[in-house]
Amino acid sequence: MGPIAKLLAQRISLGLLLLLLVSIVIFVGTSILPGDVAQQILGQSATPEALANLREELGVNDPPVTRYLNWLGGLLTGDLGTALTSGQSINEAIGRRLSNTLFLAVCAAVIAVPLAIFLGLLAVRYQERWPDKAISASTLTTISMPEFVIGYIMMFIFGVQLRWFSPTAVGYRPEADFFTRLESIALPVIVLTLVVLAHMMRMTRAAILNVMQSAYIETAELKGMSTFSVIRKHAFPNAVAPIVNVVMLNLAYLVVGVVVVEVVFVYPGMGQYLVDHVTKRDLPVVQACGIIFAAIYIGLNLVADVVSIVTNPRLRHPK
Amino acid sequence: MSIRIPLAALLGLFFTGLFFLVAVFAPLLAPYGYDEVVSSGFWDPSSSEYWLGTDGIGRDLLSRIIYGLRTTIWIATLATLLSFTTGSVLGFLAAVMGGWVDQALSRFVDLIMSIPSLIFALVILSITPITITVLILVMGFLDSTRVYRLARAVAVDITVMDYVEAAKLRGEKYIWIIFREILPNALSPLVAEMGLRFIFMVLFISTLSFLGLGIQPPQADLGGIVRENAEGLTYGIGAALYPAITIALLAISVNLVADWVLARTTSLKGGRG
Amino acid sequence: MTDTPLLKVRNLKIGATVYPPGERPQEIEIVHGVDFELEGGKVLGLIGESGAGKSTIGLATMAYGRGGVELTGGEVWVNGRDILQSGLRDVRRLRGAEVTYVSQSAAASFNPAKKIMEQVTEAAILQKKFSKKEAEARAVELFRKLGLPDPENIGNRYPHQVSGGQLQRCMTALALCPQPDLVVFDEPTTALDVTTQIDVLAAIKEAIRDTGVAALYITHDLAVVAQVSDQIMVLKMGEMVEYGSTDQIINNPQEEYTQALVSVRSIRHEEKVPTENPLLRVEQITARYRGTNFDVLKNVNVELHPGQTLAVVGESGSGKSTLARVITGLLPPRDGQIVFDGRTLTPELATRSLEDLRELQMIYQMADTAMNPRQTVGTIIGRPLEFYFGLKGRKKQERIQELLDEIELGEGFQDRYPAELSGGQKQRVCIARALAAKPKLIICDEVTSALDPLVADGILKLLLKLQKIEDVSYLFITHDLATVKAIADSIAVMYQGEVVRYGSKSEVLAPPFDDYTDLLLSSVPEMKLGWLEEVLAHRKMESAGH
Repeated sequence: MGPIAKLLAQRISLGLLLLLLVSIVIFVGTSILPGDVAQQILGQSATPEALANLREELGVNDPPVTRYLNWLGGLLTGDLGTALTSGQSINEAIGRRLSNTLFLAVCAAVIAVPLAIFLGLLAVRYQERWPDKAISASTLTTISMPEFVIGYIMMFIFGVQLRWFSPTAVGYRPEADFFTRLESIALPVIVLTLVVLAHMMRMTRAAILNVMQSAYIETAELKGMSTFSVIRKHAFPNAVAPIVNVVMLNLAYLVVGVVVVEVVFVYPGMGQYLVDHVTKRDLPVVQACGIIFAAIYIGLNLVADVVSIVTNPRLRHPK
Repeated sequence: MSIRIPLAALLGLFFTGLFFLVAVFAPLLAPYGYDEVVSSGFWDPSSSEYWLGTDGIGRDLLSRIIYGLRTTIWIATLATLLSFTTGSVLGFLAAVMGGWVDQALSRFVDLIMSIPSLIFALVILSITPITITVLILVMGFLDSTRVYRLARAVAVDITVMDYVEAAKLRGEKYIWIIFREILPNALSPLVAEMGLRFIFMVLFISTLSFLGLGIQPPQADLGGIVRENAEGLTYGIGAALYPAITIALLAISVNLVADWVLARTTSLKGGRG
Repeated sequence: MTDTPLLKVRNLKIGATVYPPGERPQEIEIVHGVDFELEGGKVLGLIGESGAGKSTIGLATMAYGRGGVELTGGEVWVNGRDILQSGLRDVRRLRGAEVTYVSQSAAASFNPAKKIMEQVTEAAILQKKFSKKEAEARAVELFRKLGLPDPENIGNRYPHQVSGGQLQRCMTALALCPQPDLVVFDEPTTALDVTTQIDVLAAIKEAIRDTGVAALYITHDLAVVAQVSDQIMVLKMGEMVEYGSTDQIINNPQEEYTQALVSVRSIRHEEKVPTENPLLRVEQITARYRGTNFDVLKNVNVELHPGQTLAVVGESGSGKSTLARVITGLLPPRDGQIVFDGRTLTPELATRSLEDLRELQMIYQMADTAMNPRQTVGTIIGRPLEFYFGLKGRKKQERIQELLDEIELGEGFQDRYPAELSGGQKQRVCIARALAAKPKLIICDEVTSALDPLVADGILKLLLKLQKIEDVSYLFITHDLATVKAIADSIAVMYQGEVVRYGSKSEVLAPPFDDYTDLLLSSVPEMKLGWLEEVLAHRKMESAGH
């Protein structure tokens, strides 16, 4: 287990370092202010003393490094600060919205992942024949459309014309029971699923194909094993790692897709929160949301790498 | 040698060509000005005067979409060119020079790529003024990271070939090696990638405009037009769908062409496509 | 002599689908009606160059077609039934039970995620020939017979934990474990190091004799197949050229093609005497790669005289290719110097003069990657003419044609691209490119190793002819002693970075030998029956097992 533990430790510390660097990038990115924060909050008619006081309070006059460390310290202790525009605690807002967003994302993932693997297997089984080509064509179409386009088309057809689902999720109540919640987010989940599914399915197909074309699969066939046995005993164990890798990488698409989908369907989640406050130029919120999204993205990629390391037979059984 | 163009690629070429022509000749083709309020009503249904009807404040939707297409294509093209040249040049440089140059560039690119592009763009746009120049710069810069990785990988693949070493042994200068040995062999994967980058830019700018952080009114690109008319959807008015489907058609047709280019050039002359 | 042979193949036809770029896929026939028979306990060698169809025919005896290959016609009778007419169920019962397969690359054919024992016994257990315990006992016995270290426990290892040669033997055990009637050996030693090949070959021969199994032995090396088989069938482009007993094929070949194959590497070359002033002096060269802490070359001293060939022989890891890199300036040495034509060369390529670069040229092993696929033959050969001599226009064209004539290609090649040429033609163009610079010394880095035997012969003959005409010296790097015997004037044998034997050809090839040279010399199969047994009796040094 020696080399694996070492590699894992390396990879995880690299991930943490990356997160730290990203926090710096985000902070720096939002600190090059062309305008004056205090002015923006108090408006045009503020007195110079009020502006000076507010600047003092906000800590705008401190050197950048101090400000960064204060912010970082706050992050690490779980205090994300207060929104400039509303004065509300960011912690509270994010607390609610993050769980909403996670609920949405997890529902989509739970449907998309098994479906992607199943369709990938199907496409490989009928390679170059019509099921494969049909699946290929539809995924090509889906990944060529922005999420909001898919969203509005779905909303129009299924939400407004056919009335199968509620057209927006604005009425979502986290306190309601599970099935009511599912009903109100049906459309956003479907749209998210479609987006993630398209990308994921193409990559699972490629990963499975790669395994099936290995020489040891031929060896198994020449032993007289049935196709099913070959897949079960030889292909599957070697395909698990690449497929998990693909799944993790594509779940990262969820992070981006969720932002747009929440805006389209007016869903009270992190994505909508971020977009609203970007327009209002509410920097503390933007910084906090930015770092959280980045952390999730980095985390998913980290898990993908870890799985690759842990399942590599050369590392598990060194010479 | 007979050149058979598959049906899918033909369709792709046709529509892509059509869209680009419309974008270039927009002022000649659009029946009305992009900002002209032509009707006293709003969201009028399609008629002989207004082929797609009017939008939420009474402007001809068709004209609006034609100009929107022009804006979208214009911005996407410029951003693609920026991302492509930056990414390729730096990628080649990293591959050919190796050493600390390669390390520094690659680590920096890794860092940028660990934040999803949309999120990164939102963060930056929360402090910068939102003008067309800024949008092109932000999108081009963020996307150049993907082009960098591809260009570097392609160049590294080529630099280990014996014919590059043979050129070095001959005494050829760096410039000659890059332009006569590496570049001709790197072109086709890069050209195909350019198509994909263009699509990504179309989607990116449309999404940003849709979120209100792209082109500002009264100018609009396709994403902005969707945003303007989105409200109507809940009332059963499909006006927002026209620009939405235009975006989709544009992206799909370019995708079909890019797929075809990739498939053809990997099999050409020596196969090192 | 039984009346029904184990294997009977009649008029076997095999087709494949090809996908020319930009056009519709086409169906072509790659095997055009082949007949042969094999009795139980006998070995038939299938020999031919690449594209002959030998592997395809071998796999057809298991009713299997790799890739887009289909068995389109004829009959294949195994143990009294035509398997081409049998359903998939029957065929699956045959595979792994009556007929088994040993592939060229065991490393790729083993599942990296499973232990060796599990894979070796899998077929035997699946086909219900033996119980798990019996199969494992058989496996251990086979490991022992095949000369594997620690036969009791080697099955517990994973494929990546054993060496290439060992894995190839494991694959042989895998094929023999279910006690089949026929084993198809598909180039089983080609991917191994020279010295290991002989050990594995001997192990396979032992195993065949011991178990009394019948075998199809597929290879491109006639000398190898002469050691193992009772009968030989010569194939060319999917058709049978000649078919007879091993004795008859080797000692009395009837067809021209067979005769050419038998006389391969029998080029005779008059050894030249070294002159006063050597063209190249490699003095006390020690080198290592950046970032490593061991020397790849240790105190290497060799000389090369004008118009002569120095062959540098060794296996992988011997440092022979590294020597070429040091001489060309790609890898500056830690110690020592290179003296070329009386002047000391600077250690780094970048600091050398144009004259130095021009007079020292190199030809590579893989002609595919040695030429820019986007440049025409004319451009490739023309560049050195422009670059070194400033030739342009008509003069350049004429010179290019002269060179093309010298390499025996003739008219109409200037506008062709490398992809349109055959393997031999590509290598000839690379030779022309080197000649265009009018060098004094050409380093030939394994230039014939990737070519079919007859094509390789052609290249060697060409190189010898050119040496006479242009008075150029060769530093010929190779692992193949047969080639060395054919063209060298002096020889340097390298082992793990050191020169273990050096001198004129006649000196080096005459006994008494150091252990390593002895091992190398005894690894080159000769075209005579019984050679294998002789060699094994004499061997003193163990091969590295790679």
